Amino acid sequence: MSDVAVARDSSSAMPEASIEPFTVTLIIRRFDPEVDAEPHWQDFDVKMYATDRVLDALHQVKWEQDGTLSFRRSCAHGVCGSDAMRINGRNRLACKTLIKDLDITKPIYIEAIKGLPLEKDLIVDMEPFFESYRAIQPFLIASDKPEKERIQSVAQRAVFDDTTKCILCAACTSSCPVFWTDGQYFGPAAIVNAHRFIFDSRDEGSQVRLDILNDKEGVWRCRTTFNCTEACPRGIEVTKAISDVKAAILRGNPGLPPSDLTLTPVSA
Amino acid sequence: MSTESPSKKSTAKAVEPEYLEFEDGAVIDGVHYHRHDVVIVGAGGAGMRAAIEAGPKANTAVITKLYPTRSHTGAAQGGMAAALANVEEDNWEWHTFDTVKGGDYLVDQDAAEILAKEAIDAIYDLENMGLPFNRTPEGKIDQRRFGGHTRDHGKAPVRRACYAADRTGHMILQTLFQNCVKLGVNFFNEYYALDIVMTKVKGKDRPSAVVAYELATGEIHVFQAKSIIFATGGFGKIYKTTSNAHTLTGDGVGIIWRKGLPLEDMEFFQFHPTGLAGLGILLTEGARGEGAILRNASGERFMERYAPTIKDLAPRDIISRCMVQEVAEGRGAGPLKDYVLLDCTHLGAEVLETKLPDITEFARTYLGVDPVVEPVPVMPTAHYAMGGIPTNIKAEVLSDNDTVVPGLYAAGECACVSVHGSNRLGTNSLLDINVFGKRAGNYAVEYAKTAEFVPVPVNAASFVQGLVEELRDSNGTERIGALRKELQEQMDLNAQVFRTDESLAKVTETIHTLRGRYKNVSIQDKGRRFNTDLLEAIELGFLLDLAEVVVYSARNRQESRGGHQRDDYPTRDDAHYMKHTMAYLTGDPHSADASDHISLDWKPVVITNYQPMERKY
Ligand SMILES: Cc1cc2nc3c(=O)[nH]c(=O)nc-3n(C[C@H](O)[C@H](O)[C@H](O)COP(=O)(O)OP(=O)(O)OC[C@H]3O[C@@H](n4cnc5c(N)ncnc54)[C@H](O)[C@@H]3O)c2cc1C
Ligand code: SF4
Ligand code: FES
Repeated sequence: MSDVAVARDSSSAMPEASIEPFTVTLIIRRFDPEVDAEPHWQDFDVKMYATDRVLDALHQVKWEQDGTLSFRRSCAHGVCGSDAMRINGRNRLACKTLIKDLDITKPIYIEAIKGLPLEKDLIVDMEPFFESYRAIQPFLIASDKPEKERIQSVAQRAVFDDTTKCILCAACTSSCPVFWTDGQYFGPAAIVNAHRFIFDSRDEGSQVRLDILNDKEGVWRCRTTFNCTEACPRGIEVTKAISDVKAAILRGNPGLPPSDLTLTPVSA
Repeated sequence: MSTESPSKKSTAKAVEPEYLEFEDGAVIDGVHYHRHDVVIVGAGGAGMRAAIEAGPKANTAVITKLYPTRSHTGAAQGGMAAALANVEEDNWEWHTFDTVKGGDYLVDQDAAEILAKEAIDAIYDLENMGLPFNRTPEGKIDQRRFGGHTRDHGKAPVRRACYAADRTGHMILQTLFQNCVKLGVNFFNEYYALDIVMTKVKGKDRPSAVVAYELATGEIHVFQAKSIIFATGGFGKIYKTTSNAHTLTGDGVGIIWRKGLPLEDMEFFQFHPTGLAGLGILLTEGARGEGAILRNASGERFMERYAPTIKDLAPRDIISRCMVQEVAEGRGAGPLKDYVLLDCTHLGAEVLETKLPDITEFARTYLGVDPVVEPVPVMPTAHYAMGGIPTNIKAEVLSDNDTVVPGLYAAGECACVSVHGSNRLGTNSLLDINVFGKRAGNYAVEYAKTAEFVPVPVNAASFVQGLVEELRDSNGTERIGALRKELQEQMDLNAQVFRTDESLAKVTETIHTLRGRYKNVSIQDKGRRFNTDLLEAIELGFLLDLAEVVVYSARNRQESRGGHQRDDYPTRDDAHYMKHTMAYLTGDPHSADASDHISLDWKPVVITNYQPMERKY
């Protein structure tokens, strides 16, 4: 058992590095639409342990110093997708970024994600993001009505496993230089969610989605800069998913292998 | 700050009509008015499952304080139970029995039977909607073991939990949302419901509307509806160490409470054994379902001593108590001997990475521990509210032991049907939200088809307006964060896995003091746009109300059963307590003594096939 193992609560053991809290400076880009003409940066000093999350630091500011600081959050452990933000210039979830993983000798810069309309402090208008999501028909399209479950092999299920992990946090889309300059571009997250259905052996709607993404605002705008893959807090290989979709468009179909469950040999 | 009923604030002048006439979408005196056949409050699993039924059949609106995909259903990991018998013999009767026994016989058995029977279609519904379940080699839905689920009435663990890796809840939430998108469900996102309007009709209180606060603008909306469904989730944030989201503040349960409607079995709160030590972040029981083992400091598999038959797969209440006992008796691990260890190392990297990838990552990210090579420090974490808004099996809300409030429904964690009794089995909640969410949607539509709209009084919005204005204008000296922290810490210390009259008396005192201080609370954000400072203050009001009911109900139950363990009354006492608690708000919530404003009553347990027996595993 390593003693690195425990969190900061009064009763628990602390990892070596975080027995004492230390001061961290946060520099947060503030904007209150009711007062400010332009966003501005503001400093806050907070006392943190190495194992604290950036979200804990934001909470400390909000709960102990400045209640007007506004940001979204819910689950606090990286599963709800509420708190994507730019931390030291990189898109991350505040609840999944530990203080110890940042360079604490320097201030931590925090601002809202880019490319979506700024509403207040770290909150942006997510509607354009969800509009692209809805546009790719993110639901199973299937005409049969089985009595029980549809059959799908382990291998068929594995093909789209990666893209089922998406929590719609927008870290990828809002890290994409193409999206910054062209808000009409569907963006990586919409393509990831299209991928999740295009490569699902149960789905019958892949042609529709491939047509939608073959549009001028579709996959061809992707310049393969890999920002999205680096940003994704769920570890989804976003760029690979986009490449899979590109290949499927060129092929004219998803090219799914035949079921490996058939009892008869696949070919003679 | 007051939490009293809205009537006092009425500004009605003598000449004004008593009821409002309005068109859907009207704005009158700055308040927005909407009209829908069905209004659903909450867009987690239960709310969206209801919306999928109601949306296509009636004019439906869903009000939700979080964007739907942010709901905490998405955090659920391990699985959803259904006796599909895909991998071994199983049937819904065994599932019913396990549910009743797991709940320490405080389960309403008619409801448990529905849960277990309808589970099978609930799973097929989700699969047909697109949920990517893990598969068996034959391509069917795979199933895994989970605590308390057994073959043939306790003989051995059974594989009953359908799952999608360790993100089953995520996949349920996504799938339901995807189908809501497909059906064009009308969502009002980031709208906080803060009040339900009751209108007197022939001497009876009838729900006529929901009043909500729009986060983006600070504007107030009144949603008139024939049927109203509450699906607002749990209230784990009354505790400090919890697997629950920051937003699980029990608003819906609190709204119902303030109307004088009863809350059932509030003393029963589930502490999940395996929260990351010190943090409370959950590691699914699915880990133990796959073979992980709990060990104390000396490496002993201590559950062998307490539950020789099913060991680490005993129900949660039992395991949590054993863990706390191991630590109390000096067998805890770590430098302070204050936690036990979840050993997954023998499962191998392959199982961890493919079947339990998320929790493997949580341990790595938040504790810096790699479960592949070392055991993970864990301790119980406040997880699930068994109690809540009492309903019958049609999800209709009750105003006493058996009177239905026409047009009012509740489903999911905010409701108490009661299928979980005094202790919920793992995987039965994702099931509950699907089965009773669907029922709520269907019965709400059925009612709305023939019912008339109940008129909305002119002062419908005034309670919420008063609440918001009072907080915005307050120049008190207390901070929300400080009060909430004290509440949560004291609840952890005094009303957690083990309770005594003394500890409960102590936290009662704390809550009373905090209530007093809450009157003097101030917020710093006085603005209208995205004022989360204001909403956190309102949420704290709900937390204080609910913590008080939990503690008051817990003091009154002088026995130990399921999730409620009294050190001073260590055994189950069927002669006196084989019944549900029903708590009512009957006076001024600020009165000094909780007994001045809370009244308790009992409600019989529905027993069909299973007579209470001693609970051994
Ligand atoms: C970490 C974790 C793991 C779990 N794992 C499992 C598992 O493996 N199997 C299992 O069966 N169960 C599990 N559970 C339990 C289960 O996930 C929950 O009980 C269940 O998902 C609750 O669903 P719900 O729809 O009732 O509430 P939620 O999903 O919490 O949704 C509540 C909704 O209400 C809305 N809301 C709340 N207040 C307001 C308001 N004032 N106005 C408007 N809207 C409001 C929110 O926006 C949200 O949409 C787990 C729970 C946790 C915390
Ligand atoms: S792909 Fe990753 S970064 Fe993009 S929205 Fe989904 S989870 Fe977020
Ligand atoms: S708060 Fe849920 S992802 Fe960070």
